[in-house]
Amino acid sequence: MASSNRTFDLAVIGCGIVGAACARAGTRAGLRTIIVEGSLAGGGATAAGMGHIVVMDGSEAQLALTLYSRRLWQQLIPELPEAAEYRSCGTLWIAEHEAELELARRKQAKLAGQGVACEILDARQLMEAEPCLRPGLAGALRVPDDGVLYPPIAAQWLWQQAQNAGAVMRSGAIVTRIQEQAIHVAGGDRIQAGAIIVAAGSQGAELIPEIPLRPRKGHLLITDRYPGFLRHQVVELGYLQRAHAGTESSVSFNLQPRATGQVLIGSSRQYSHDRAVEPDVLSRMLARAQSYVPRLGDLRGLRAWTGFRAATPDDLPCIGPLPNRPHIFAALGHEGLGITTSLGTAELLLAQMLGAEAPIPAGPFQPARFFIETSPAGHA
Amino acid sequence: MPETFTVFINGQPVTAGPETSVAALLLRERMVNRRSCAGQLRAAFCGMGICMECRVTIDSDAHGLGCMTFCRPNMKITTL
Repeated sequence: MASSNRTFDLAVIGCGIVGAACARAGTRAGLRTIIVEGSLAGGGATAAGMGHIVVMDGSEAQLALTLYSRRLWQQLIPELPEAAEYRSCGTLWIAEHEAELELARRKQAKLAGQGVACEILDARQLMEAEPCLRPGLAGALRVPDDGVLYPPIAAQWLWQQAQNAGAVMRSGAIVTRIQEQAIHVAGGDRIQAGAIIVAAGSQGAELIPEIPLRPRKGHLLITDRYPGFLRHQVVELGYLQRAHAGTESSVSFNLQPRATGQVLIGSSRQYSHDRAVEPDVLSRMLARAQSYVPRLGDLRGLRAWTGFRAATPDDLPCIGPLPNRPHIFAALGHEGLGITTSLGTAELLLAQMLGAEAPIPAGPFQPARFFIETSPAGHA
Repeated sequence: MPETFTVFINGQPVTAGPETSVAALLLRERMVNRRSCAGQLRAAFCGMGICMECRVTIDSDAHGLGCMTFCRPNMKITTL
């Protein structure tokens, strides 16, 4: 690729946190890189999300990607600007009753087996760790090295790193079509590049219709500042099951302490294209949160909003080349984990692009799993 | 309610009446309500519950609206 005589070695579509991370990785690999952004850099799902840097174990592949990505974030922490508001607050996975505490113990064994620091808290230790929780909870799993950050600033910083290394941005450019090694922009322009990464979130489905992305809407609400009210990111242990139960809409308990002392309250999931805040979903979400933190009702809410996670049917992102167009790469479908996994996605993608050794197994993330076989060749 | 009673500003007893708003009381006492995120001093501005500048801790409410809250006997007001 370095010998290419084209204008750019790499074009990245979308300057959310995933696209910005890919552009940064591209320039670090010495590629002449352009990023094409249709709207505001970091203004889509990146700006709507919580910014929880978290190890998730919904599947073996998800665990590998989130753990690898968290490690990459931890290496970047000393370089991040203060405005990125990184805080190593840790995650508390709350077990409501004894049966859930048994699940927490299993999760602890699984994470510890991967070298993740974590510990079980009993009911009393939990009350000491997080006094705002209601009494009577069975305990929790604490993962101390998880953290939180402010995603739009982190994305902007990643992009600045790319820019400092020579990357350029084409902003306000709506991509209408992609070809092998060329991007068509509304207005008739063409951008040529040796490789293309599609990191356009939910909108990526318009460019790569074979990947079955669906926007999964979420609500969040942020309060005024109450420093000291909450110390950890606090999530109900049943979060994954509730979040991906496949019902029409689900709410689960997920609270985050912001560096300002504000409390960010989540979360909800439903398949929808409607951007509006829905009072019934929001009130169910708040009631769920208040059932864990009774004093939440005394806090003043400032603003509620929604965002769209780009969801795939198997809850794993697509990170790799398209089987029918090997110079086009997908970095799509990160659902609710795009902030955490942006860095790992970029490294995994660049390794595949450059034929380097993949830092984690790339197989489970191949876009090819969603492409219907069109050739009879290979059938015995 | 008695015509005058005692409230506490940062622990100091002050006389107030039932028709005195917390914001008015703090103005009378020449005190500021809080500091902004950037550290600037803040006190009542609009006086009608719109601008949020007069927020101050009133009993357990960390963001009480001073201009919309009337004094009550033994109320504890904490500024800055």
